[in-house]
Amino acid sequence: MSSPILFVIVGKNEPLFEAEIDTYTGTTGGNDLSTRQNYFVLHSALDLVEKSAWTTNSMYLRVVDKVNHQQVSTFLTAGNIKFMLLHGGKGEEVVRSFFNEVYGYYVKLSMNPFYKYDTPITSLAFENRVRAAARSYLS
Amino acid sequence: MQHYVNRGGSSSEGSAVSLSAFAYVYSELVQYHQGRAASISELERRLESAGYGVGLKVLELVAYRTKETKRETRLMSILHFVSSSVWKALFGKSADSLERSIDHADEFMIVDYEPITSTFVSVPPDLGQLSADAYVSGIIAGVLDGAGFSARVTAHSVNVEEGEYAKPQGGNVVTGLPARKDKAVFLVKFSQEVLARDAALER
Repeated sequence: MSSPILFVIVGKNEPLFEAEIDTYTGTTGGNDLSTRQNYFVLHSALDLVEKSAWTTNSMYLRVVDKVNHQQVSTFLTAGNIKFMLLHGGKGEEVVRSFFNEVYGYYVKLSMNPFYKYDTPITSLAFENRVRAAARSYLS
Repeated sequence: MQHYVNRGGSSSEGSAVSLSAFAYVYSELVQYHQGRAASISELERRLESAGYGVGLKVLELVAYRTKETKRETRLMSILHFVSSSVWKALFGKSADSLERSIDHADEFMIVDYEPITSTFVSVPPDLGQLSADAYVSGIIAGVLDGAGFSARVTAHSVNVEEGEYAKPQGGNVVTGLPARKDKAVFLVKFSQEVLARDAALER
């Protein structure tokens, strides 16, 4: 039994992408209550991210918050788009590699002239890649 | 025909575009907007907003290609990033100079002696002060805004002083045209909150 992992991409005003990954089966799952709780935890960590965003110039911000047995790790792109991962204590290097891979896909997505910066991501290819990366790095 | 996610992110694959191709496409873009704008400032605004989207994307792309783990958090470093990395990626060379205004603490100037957006453009007298480089000022504004440094960027054509060119007066090497009499100066005026935040970080 493994804890579900929640990956959210947050723009300046709203979430742009959400994926709940149950690493055991690799698909969405989990009951509603824990899902809502997870979203709440992740979004409340946004304040801490904002605070540390200007004090460091690295992109990977490590673990910004710890709640119960879960941790929130964050990665900031050059355009200040926040990738946030709620997980149950994965190793630093593993999470960093996952973020770097998703960053590569995000940059390629941005090159699409029809994708407007800071808008919700609806590309199916992007979602599939993110889930595949999560399966390979985080399980 | 590869899906974009499978292509490499590096810039080595077919990255150079001919200047003439760009000039043709850009002239069409300017004419398109010219037909729809009612005034000079509206035309400039349209060119700026066309460049803004490019700036946002260029920021992510150039940052990803040059240094994969660092973002810019200070004013001077983002300006250096724009005048060297972004300029190199877009135009193949660094901007010719980056200056700070003496009169206003929130204004900076990026100078380019041969901006490709106006190399082939001649502005008729009834359009007065129009700068076709408004597209580039849109790009700069997009890069700065995306990085969190909101600023107002405007393009101006300024006459070149005698003997100001650092290199010998051989004219433009690429196009074979004689050296231009005016250079493009991009005036960057940062908003107050950006300056306040940068001053707070100084301590």
